[in-house]
Amino acid sequence: MKILVCVKQVPDMESRFRPDAAGVWYAETDLAFRVNEYDEYAIEQAVLLKEQLGGEPEITLISVGPDRVVEAIKKGLAMGADRAVHVQDPASHLKDPFQIASIIAAYAKGEAFDVIFTGMQSLDRGSSQVGVAIAEMLGYPCATTVVGFEYADGTVTVKRELEGGVKGTVRLKSPAVVTCQLGLNQPRYPTLPNIMKAKKKEVTVIPVEQLLKQDARLVSAQFRAPAKKGGGVVLEGDVADQVDRLIGILKDKTAVLR
Amino acid sequence: MKTLLVGECREGKLLESSYELFGFAAQLGAETAMVLIGNQGALPGYGGAVYLADAGKYGEYNPDLHKRLVQAAVEREKPDYVVFMHTSYGWDLAPRVAALLQAPQVSEVVALAEGGFERPCCSQKMRQVVQPVGSPVVLTLQGGAFPALVPGGAPQQQPLDVDGEGRTEFLGYEAAVRKGVDLTRAEIIVSAGRGVGKKENLPVIAELAKVLGGEVGASRPVVDSGWMEAGAQVGVTGQTVSPKLYIACGISGAIQHLAGMKKSGFIVAINKDKDAPIGEVADVLVVADVMQFVPALTAKLAK
Repeated sequence: MKILVCVKQVPDMESRFRPDAAGVWYAETDLAFRVNEYDEYAIEQAVLLKEQLGGEPEITLISVGPDRVVEAIKKGLAMGADRAVHVQDPASHLKDPFQIASIIAAYAKGEAFDVIFTGMQSLDRGSSQVGVAIAEMLGYPCATTVVGFEYADGTVTVKRELEGGVKGTVRLKSPAVVTCQLGLNQPRYPTLPNIMKAKKKEVTVIPVEQLLKQDARLVSAQFRAPAKKGGGVVLEGDVADQVDRLIGILKDKTAVLR
Repeated sequence: MKTLLVGECREGKLLESSYELFGFAAQLGAETAMVLIGNQGALPGYGGAVYLADAGKYGEYNPDLHKRLVQAAVEREKPDYVVFMHTSYGWDLAPRVAALLQAPQVSEVVALAEGGFERPCCSQKMRQVVQPVGSPVVLTLQGGAFPALVPGGAPQQQPLDVDGEGRTEFLGYEAAVRKGVDLTRAEIIVSAGRGVGKKENLPVIAELAKVLGGEVGASRPVVDSGWMEAGAQVGVTGQTVSPKLYIACGISGAIQHLAGMKKSGFIVAINKDKDAPIGEVADVLVVADVMQFVPALTAKLAK
């Protein structure tokens, strides 16, 4: 069995974002990057499946991006993936979701993966398109927003998270694509021995030109902060002073304190 | 300009959010038609063309067939835009339809923008204006971004059918877990988010709730981490609440959380990050570390 996990590296969302020189995406200066949170659940589920099947499956990670994404790849390898593919693309941020999916699908086409795991979306772009688009391009069935995963004898049974806490159970035959929602599992922390082992694992580098044959269907024209709706009071400074001012406001504006 | 709106049916009923599609089309000033995989009882209050496929035959979740049903409606209507809500149905189906139509897709549109569509990015902290290349364009709309509009009238039904089977088998729905406190009735809720730091810090939040005579809620990451029970979760996938006072402690304000609490009477957010999206709905944003501010507030209130 062969498993593919798609991993994206994204900035820490606590960061302060500023537009890049072209004004169409964020500038990378001063940003700390990490593995997209949803993808950590995808990696964990792949490793759990490998463990369930007695270590037989081979897990390949794929990540599209500039040199920095090697850090995300290393984390995935330390969590238990066997090998990785780095599709080297210094301008991946300018590719649209369709192009990113086409890059991954072009790689996966000849590899006959049985299960492909992705996060349900990325924290930075958040299109929730890439996983489904990969499935469509490969002709695989796909289930999205998965919070429960089981595999037996070529059949994948998943719980999809719907609105209002309702879940829907869906069964599909592998090969299949599954996009992972938060809460699917508990992503593990890599242990030091596994971090050391990961250093010896194979990382294949493929220049993006070899895999990308599609033009963009979306152009990012502008990147900016949302217009402030206004009206809200912002309290900054000394904590004791903030406490007094908040209590004053609550007494003034609400009936809950008297 | 013409839009094909993709309505959404759950357990035989049209989801209310489907009316936001009409609100969007009105802002766009576009002609409309709707496609719905549902039944007679789920038809919208809308006097235009509705392409109706039978959910009894095709299933409410059968993406392979729903994709082709939408495609069949697209072939008849030749719309400029195919529009979904950005729901678990929409974000699942829209990319499949986009792939089939070889169309560009813009996800989670919040506004029309000059030359394109505005959508959130960076966990709702920022906005991106996206211009699609090619036609038709597939869109998904963020819930609540466009006003619900019931156009009224009796639908002109057009039957819709395709052949074949889907590759996914839908086994059924599982009801929401409802354990613990009913937050929908609480007058004061103090909610804990990831910014609380660790499970061991949660008593600090509970103390504040106790002093105020309120209940304790949580954002999704706190529940996913196993720090609190799923029943405490506020948001799209948890409880929708409307207390008189909502205090969000260390909650950044993902759209799913905001959707569950923004109807609260008065919202106080405590967050280190001044740019956190929770600031958009908060009446008061306290820029501070939760673990410094909350104990100080509790102590003062307890006096």
